[in-house]
Amino acid sequence: MRNKTKYTLQRMRKSKVSYLFVAPYMILFTIFTVLPVVIAMFLSLTSFNVLQMPTFVGLENYGRLFLKDSVFMTGVKNTLILGVILGPGGYLLSLICAWFINELTPKIRSFVTLLFYAPSISGNAYLIWGILFSGDDYGYINGLLIRLGFINEPIQFLQNTDYIMPVVIIVSLWTSLGTGFLSMIAAFQGVDKTYFEAGAIDGIRNRWQELWYITIPMLKPQMIFSAVMSITSAFNVGAVITAICGYPTTDYVAHTIMNHLTDYGTTRFEMGYASAIAVVLFVLMISFNQFAKRFISSIGK
Amino acid sequence: MMIRKKPKKIYLNRSRGGNIVISIFLAAMGVFMALPLVYAVSNSIKPLSELWIYPPKFFVENPTLSNYRDLLSLMGDSWVPFSRYVSNTLTISVVGTAGHILISSLCAYALAKHDFPGRNIMFQVIVLSLMFSAVVITVPSYLIMSKLGLIDTHWSIILPAFCSSLGLYLMKQFMETSIPDALIESAHIDGANEFTIFWRIVMPLVKPAWLTLIIFSFQGLWGQGGTTYIQTESLKTLNYALSQIMAGGIARQGAAAAASVIMMIVPVLVFVITQSNVLETVATSGMKD
Repeated sequence: MRNKTKYTLQRMRKSKVSYLFVAPYMILFTIFTVLPVVIAMFLSLTSFNVLQMPTFVGLENYGRLFLKDSVFMTGVKNTLILGVILGPGGYLLSLICAWFINELTPKIRSFVTLLFYAPSISGNAYLIWGILFSGDDYGYINGLLIRLGFINEPIQFLQNTDYIMPVVIIVSLWTSLGTGFLSMIAAFQGVDKTYFEAGAIDGIRNRWQELWYITIPMLKPQMIFSAVMSITSAFNVGAVITAICGYPTTDYVAHTIMNHLTDYGTTRFEMGYASAIAVVLFVLMISFNQFAKRFISSIGK
Repeated sequence: MMIRKKPKKIYLNRSRGGNIVISIFLAAMGVFMALPLVYAVSNSIKPLSELWIYPPKFFVENPTLSNYRDLLSLMGDSWVPFSRYVSNTLTISVVGTAGHILISSLCAYALAKHDFPGRNIMFQVIVLSLMFSAVVITVPSYLIMSKLGLIDTHWSIILPAFCSSLGLYLMKQFMETSIPDALIESAHIDGANEFTIFWRIVMPLVKPAWLTLIIFSFQGLWGQGGTTYIQTESLKTLNYALSQIMAGGIARQGAAAAASVIMMIVPVLVFVITQSNVLETVATSGMKD
């Protein structure tokens, strides 16, 4: 044991240059990413309004969250619904699109890639959905439905509790083909073509079999990366809802944990309580991601 | 056993039905992805009379650039000179991106190619940080910023951009797969020191990766509203200024449509130029458990 410590210390002394290389990044990373998480965990155990020093209240914030705050529970429910639909949904969409795009010729392929990727990088272009779904005379979708004779009166897509969640899901899916999608496109292109020839000789008959027996096993690392990207963004949905449907949504029908966090953190300045919300969201994101990682790497084992 | 006479025939196991399904699916997806974007562009070149027509028309009938002219004149009228917002956004994007690439590459190189105590735990923490988004930690971040005296300075946006974990992750994965250990080894034998190796050998080899980091970092910083940490009007960003115009109500609807097209077109154009480099980089993004 002592020998091991001695040996590690020796190696550390030898690696001075390496530490010099990682130092600038790791220092900033600690200050702006690690430290905030630690502080959030600490603040979640206090009552804190920014003006006065935080006072320790133990688990009171968490008790209030889970036992008394019914709006929060709505938020948890909606976040989980969105997470379950948008996480795997956005992910499968990425996989299917990447797979199909890979069948195209190179020139068309780069055009379609650009078209599918564009919504996720075009800033707040999603606001256009607000106009498309608008319930007044200028809502294009309502105008179209009325002209085609499906409805007589405009549907209040952004206020009617039946429609808000579907609208949020559509808009979020629209922006869901991001970095993870690119990663899979690149991975598909990177698969060595000789594997397919070998597969064809070994009796692979169609592209489904090709995908299942050859491509997916080779793509696993990119699939895990892509899943992480898509789950993290699924749990992050909040600002989009406020931008399109307003805050709060009718009867909190699309209220997410993220909305709740923004509400307490930046409007009500109950920082202790907001930190408790942040910690719950943090734990949810990490555990869903870890689960997805395990699940995907266990496929076909 | 099959005898391969025409290798191409064997390789292409493609049914016509499958081709049709794929075409239909991609066409439907294409329409779904493109329509809002087309609508945004079409709206921006509609004259005011067409913007308020009922029932709403999807495509423009008498295209005009008047909305873009309105936007320009609105920019000229603003209280803080518009060039100020542009230069703020440029400063943040350029400094943030340059620092991010330098600092992340240094760290990525050591994590990918050096063996030192603590390297695994460092990388694991960074991977873990990919699994939650920065919005979750807004409250404590604000407290840290104010303790460091960074509130109301551009550094509050630039410094966190330096240590974005996605950029570091992509860079490290790319270096790991694309730089042979033997190359570094032989440079050592020739007497090069670590920094020379990094700067003269490694960095030129990972050009696709740092181009990708430029894109991602730029996309992030270009869209920065920065309203959380910056209160002084003359320090605010272009995105903030344009979103103020967009929120300006009915009278400015035309200019708002033009503003949203400008905000959206810049990152898309940047991606068009560098697409092949980005794809080459993200090909190595795979995650093991």
